Amino acid sequence: MTKRPNTKATKVTKAFLLALLLFVVFVPFVLAFQRPQRIISLVPALTEMLYAVGAGPQVVAVSSYDEYPPEVKALPRVGALLDPDTERIIALKPDLVITYGSQVDLQAQMKRAIIPTFDYRHAGLAHILVTMTELGVRTGHGAEAEQAVAAIEARLAAVRARVAGKRRPKTLLVFSREPKTLRNIYVSGGRGFLHDMLEIAGGDDVFKDLDKESVQVSTETILARAPDVILELRPEEIPLGQPMQDELASWSRLASVPAVRNKQVLFISGHAVTVPGPRVAESVERMAKALHP
Amino acid sequence: MNIRRRIVTVVSLFAIGAIAVVLWAPTVGSTSISLAKAFDRSIPWEENVDAQIFFVARLPRVLSGAIVGAALAAAGVVLQAMLRNPLATPFTLGVSAGGALGAMLAIAFGLEVGMMGVSSIPIASFAGSLLAIGIVYWLASSQKRGLSTNVLLLAGVTLNSFFSAVILFVQYMSDFTQSFRTVRWLMGDLDVGNYSPIIAALPFIVVAFGVFAVLPRTLNLLTLGEDVAAARGVEVVRAQRLAFLSASLATGAAVSLGGPIGFIGIVVPHLVRLMVGSDHRIVLPAATLFGAAFTVGCDLAARTIMAPLELPVGIITALIGGPFFLWLLVKKS
Repeated sequence: MTKRPNTKATKVTKAFLLALLLFVVFVPFVLAFQRPQRIISLVPALTEMLYAVGAGPQVVAVSSYDEYPPEVKALPRVGALLDPDTERIIALKPDLVITYGSQVDLQAQMKRAIIPTFDYRHAGLAHILVTMTELGVRTGHGAEAEQAVAAIEARLAAVRARVAGKRRPKTLLVFSREPKTLRNIYVSGGRGFLHDMLEIAGGDDVFKDLDKESVQVSTETILARAPDVILELRPEEIPLGQPMQDELASWSRLASVPAVRNKQVLFISGHAVTVPGPRVAESVERMAKALHP
Repeated sequence: MNIRRRIVTVVSLFAIGAIAVVLWAPTVGSTSISLAKAFDRSIPWEENVDAQIFFVARLPRVLSGAIVGAALAAAGVVLQAMLRNPLATPFTLGVSAGGALGAMLAIAFGLEVGMMGVSSIPIASFAGSLLAIGIVYWLASSQKRGLSTNVLLLAGVTLNSFFSAVILFVQYMSDFTQSFRTVRWLMGDLDVGNYSPIIAALPFIVVAFGVFAVLPRTLNLLTLGEDVAAARGVEVVRAQRLAFLSASLATGAAVSLGGPIGFIGIVVPHLVRLMVGSDHRIVLPAATLFGAAFTVGCDLAARTIMAPLELPVGIITALIGGPFFLWLLVKKS
């Protein structure tokens, strides 16, 4: 085997390869530290945060479940948690994709396409505010994010102050049940943002001893734990009159529960309550108003 | 021992066992209650927590468990004999898939056609079951020779896959909370909330059992083969028609009440056969009683093991039924 001469051509190739290597290694860093101009959000709660911190104009597409703020209705949809449309996402040339923590395949694909991602997972109420701050910094709206977070914190503090010293009613927080029956009742356990919201609003979660976000409970455990208030979250408004009578009638079967006896079965309607986003302060205020009118 | 006495003795023993379980089950649960207080009429209903736990939370569950278990176990016995296939279950002929599709559609489209205290989901589920029964029956009886068990099996299995595909499509198109509810429905749930769904399902189950009552001797002959049965004076086509329709009706009603709770319809009949032999005059009533007790027992486990968390009863029936069945199978052979 003869040694190959160090020709001009190979020098050029080497230089080109080195440049390519540097480019591949540094592009993600450059992209990550640049203020992203084309953001795709696959998490509705974080879409709300983007708009709340002033990054709304940078959002180019959202998930199929996004509906707030109203501006998102005009944006293209790129799938959701279980069915993200990778092809469309890449075709939209994003420079930041907000993914949910469990979307590992999508995250890997984005990494291969050298598109930076922001990974998020639902957790407690404090995590909402931390995420909002991080998202603000990442999108070049650090100062606005701090302001928005401070405003939420101030409203939460006001609620805390208002309910301080008041008797905290034992509260059952229901977020899903089969319509008009007491089947498949899902309630909040002692973890997650709904539990945190209830505690700030001055309620004492009757299932706080269970270290779970969501618990299916039987009517027996509800009878045994005897909540003073049943707070039911519903996506849609229940019309007053007969429909409301029907909803209350299903609970009235548990006649010995203090909440039923004292007419303290209360409904909070609207999608906002179950979204861990910037509207959390408003939701806590509504809960507090229901618990401590 | 003559056969009549043997039937009476064995069935009485199973009946005593089943009654004992059904009476005992509502007295235990995640909360300890005082029976004396529960039955004390002098305490106003609104203040009597023990009575409400007993009558509102536990008794409907135990009753629906007993009915669902009895219906599925008996339907399993009838179908296994009629199809001469030990692997047949009440869900083999597509009835449960039809019921599931009905329930899925009710959940996905938020149907609100509830009547008399029964919500739309059981009603839609029962309608779906009837549709499936109708399709399978029409396909199987369209041949000139009468009801063909082969066509019945093939039509049932194909309809099962077809409905399952439609179910997956409906689930895929619905949103997260609906998808979760549909998946949860498929795991089975006996916490029916009140007595109305039980009362609504009962007439269909009673009719089915009325037919079951005249079937055992015919089933014994059918297991020997259609020709033998015909030679011994059985009107084979009529018997098969009755067996299929009654077993399907019982299954449809049971599924609408508690969801497609697996394992009962296959494990209980075989367990009972291992215990008492293969004479359907004993197997059918014994499996009915054992199915009731087994399901009530599994639901008791479902509501207490991880209390205050609920476990889906369909998971318990498989977890308890599977190993127990295998153990008995090995021990007997």
